[in-house]
Amino acid sequence: MLEGPRCQMLGLRIGRRPKHLRPETLEAKTNSNPTKRLARHRRKAAQTILLCAAVFALVGAGDPATRFNEIGHQMMCICGCNQILLECNHIGCPDSDGMRNELMAAVSRGDSDSLVEQSFVQKYGPTVLAAPTAKGFDRAAYIIPFAALFFGFGMVVLVILAWKNRPAPALADGLRPVHGAELEQFRDQARKETDL
Amino acid sequence: MAELGSFALLLALALSVYTFLAGIVALIFQNRSPIPANGGARSALATPAGNLVTLLRRGSERLGETARRAGIATFAAVFLASVLLVICAFHDDFSIAYIFHHSNRDLPGPYKFAVLWSGQEGSLLFWSLLLAAYGFVLRLRYKTDPRLFAYASVVLAGVQIFFLSLLNFAAHPFAIMQGTIPADGNGLNPLLQYPEMVIHPPMLYLGYVGFTVPFAFALGALIMKYPGEKWIHITRRWTMVTWAFLTCGVFLGAHWAYSVLGWGGYWGWDPVENASLMPWLTGTAFLHSVMMQEKRGMLKMWNMWLVFATFWLAILGTFLTRSGIISSVHAFAQSSIGEWFGWFLLITFAVFVVFFFKNKSHLRSEHKLESLVSRESSFLFNNLLFVLLCFTVLWGTWFPKISELVQGNKVTVGAPFYNRVAIPVALLLLILTAVGPLLAWRKTSLESLKRNFMWPTLGAIAVAVFLMITPQRWGSAFGLKPWQDISYFYSLMAIALSVLVILTVASEFYRGGRVISKHTGQGRFASMVQLTHRNTRRYGGYIVHFGVVVVIIGFAGAAFNQDKEQEMANGDKMNIGPYTLICRSYTDDDAPNYASEWAILDVYKGGKQIDTMTPVRRFYKASQQTSTMPDIRSTLNEDLYLVFEGLNQDNGHPIIKAHLNALVMWIWMGVWIMLIGTVVALIPNAPAPIRVPAPARLETAPVTGD
Repeated sequence: MLEGPRCQMLGLRIGRRPKHLRPETLEAKTNSNPTKRLARHRRKAAQTILLCAAVFALVGAGDPATRFNEIGHQMMCICGCNQILLECNHIGCPDSDGMRNELMAAVSRGDSDSLVEQSFVQKYGPTVLAAPTAKGFDRAAYIIPFAALFFGFGMVVLVILAWKNRPAPALADGLRPVHGAELEQFRDQARKETDL
Repeated sequence: MAELGSFALLLALALSVYTFLAGIVALIFQNRSPIPANGGARSALATPAGNLVTLLRRGSERLGETARRAGIATFAAVFLASVLLVICAFHDDFSIAYIFHHSNRDLPGPYKFAVLWSGQEGSLLFWSLLLAAYGFVLRLRYKTDPRLFAYASVVLAGVQIFFLSLLNFAAHPFAIMQGTIPADGNGLNPLLQYPEMVIHPPMLYLGYVGFTVPFAFALGALIMKYPGEKWIHITRRWTMVTWAFLTCGVFLGAHWAYSVLGWGGYWGWDPVENASLMPWLTGTAFLHSVMMQEKRGMLKMWNMWLVFATFWLAILGTFLTRSGIISSVHAFAQSSIGEWFGWFLLITFAVFVVFFFKNKSHLRSEHKLESLVSRESSFLFNNLLFVLLCFTVLWGTWFPKISELVQGNKVTVGAPFYNRVAIPVALLLLILTAVGPLLAWRKTSLESLKRNFMWPTLGAIAVAVFLMITPQRWGSAFGLKPWQDISYFYSLMAIALSVLVILTVASEFYRGGRVISKHTGQGRFASMVQLTHRNTRRYGGYIVHFGVVVVIIGFAGAAFNQDKEQEMANGDKMNIGPYTLICRSYTDDDAPNYASEWAILDVYKGGKQIDTMTPVRRFYKASQQTSTMPDIRSTLNEDLYLVFEGLNQDNGHPIIKAHLNALVMWIWMGVWIMLIGTVVALIPNAPAPIRVPAPARLETAPVTGD
């Protein structure tokens, strides 16, 4: 909506808007529409969550000791001990002390996390990272388990629905299946008599 | 001695082959000459064909009996071979290559006994011994159901043939040293010279090998199209005992890693550790889903696959760790027997798949599902999550190899990967652990859900809020601010959900106990004991759940761990958490088997001395290797874990690494509770009281069954 000075600059005629386009009318309409109100609330909630997530993610991010600890736990010692860099406990380990010093120097310089990781990967190879990255084929490491979760969840729901729709076993002559309130009544009776 | 051992192994192989082949022939002839139906018996026997059928039947029965006895004799032969190997270890018979590589003269007695499972060949012999022992028990108990047991015996013999072939032709434990006999052996790996290592492998192997028994019964039942669910009832106790052994083995391994490796942790996501976790996860899923088959005749196909997967994963784990295909810090890697395992895995898979597709029509479900909110649904989701966790671990274990094949370079898949992927799934599983047991079979009403969950949910929320608002100085798990770190968020969630599970389990005991108490006038606790005794499986299962969440609380403590490393001369101080350590002295010592260096550290808390700790570092003479022996001071709140890392080469001062590991004791306590729960679940149910009409003058009526 063009209004005020910008509207004047464009040489448009300024006048009072039709009633159905006035802000107070629009606001009243929006408030009266539950779907739009819900959408607005959802948007606000999403923004709040995003803001909170950003705040949480940034808490402590600038502290060098925290960063050293965090990045050091995302890397492996390359001496073959198969331990996290900051957990490598060999006295006389040919690698871990040097790697820790390098990491401390990089953090003190203010290098970003990705820059530190890149320089370590270049120097020691991709096995220096304790977990696959979120790039290229490595992404598959993370995608596949969650894809399996969603696929499995869908399969279970389908199985449940298929089993629900399965026809009930046929009853002998003279018997009729029990449904609804009558069935609930029998269930209550059974629970009362057997409940422990 | 070596010749006798080799002969025993060869005899065992021959007996196993006989058990397998004679068992198959006997079963084929029994199937072709069934017992005539009642009416036709006399007339059938009167004809020449009838006589032939009778003769065949009797012959096949006798043949089957000889196969059974050969199976029992296999145990005797393998047992003899194992005893001989242990005797060789005690006699320091270094003419046997295995004894030379895994023992030495000064090795203490218990570790000489443990030599049996300390190396590749010995551990395969031990595996074979346990399999033969399970087979021995199974074949003695054959009268429970002779035909089904005969099938299971044949399957078991098939697996036994594989292991005995390995021992005879690929990894012979009695192989003789070439050239002159050395005066002393190389010694046992120092990391294995720890009391728990004497029991950890047997427990783990009892679990691994034990799952062969349910698999053998399942495959037997599938092949013979066994009617009903009786095989499930027969194998229920086997499965639970096996599961308990595997649980015990996995956690003993974790405790050993914690107490010996000296890096301050108990689980490193090494392929060997993963190999033990995978069958545990599918085995746990099977223990749950099998109830669906017993109670509702559902999930028959799924259970077949689960029990097969559990057996298969136990073998796959062994393949992974012994083939060298995936690098591991464990010592079994890089051997030639990987190919043998690969072929065995392929053959077992093919055999199972063939029989499954041949006879799957026999495995149709008997009932329909009535509601999404029911015990049945919760079991389905529970199984999904267990299998998914297993898949995640399998995927993570194999991903370095897959990455190498696809993009030409290996990647590391360590703890950060599993924390990101497995923890969310584990938390979902924890929710189901809370919800599942309170759902009724077939259908649960919303009112009942509300009634059962309102108080436990409020309790869990209250605990979460309490943990967030309390000051941090109260202890490790207090003052938890989930927004500070994702690990704190996971910890808070894990603890809150654990509380939810504990409260739902407690409410189950309370409500059941209240009903019995009302009917019998007993005290509340006595009523709960009686309640448990009436349905040991259900309430034993709840105790296991309680143990599991205690373990989870222990895991949640990992988010608060701290560590510090410092060089400490006499009188030097180190502060970590609420503790102050002062180095009183450091010294060294010499024993026949090893030389050691150690520090003496006084521990102060709140200005008061509370302990003196002595972390040690040993140098084993035979193997020329060093090993740390951390000193651990455990409390409910945290473990103070001290490692003597070595001496500074310049000034000779000891370097001490101190870890403050939160809530670790909860893990070991939880395992004990899980084992107690399993034992309770194994106890037979008390008979349900019989309902009799109560005389009018009596105020209390007897309680009906459970």
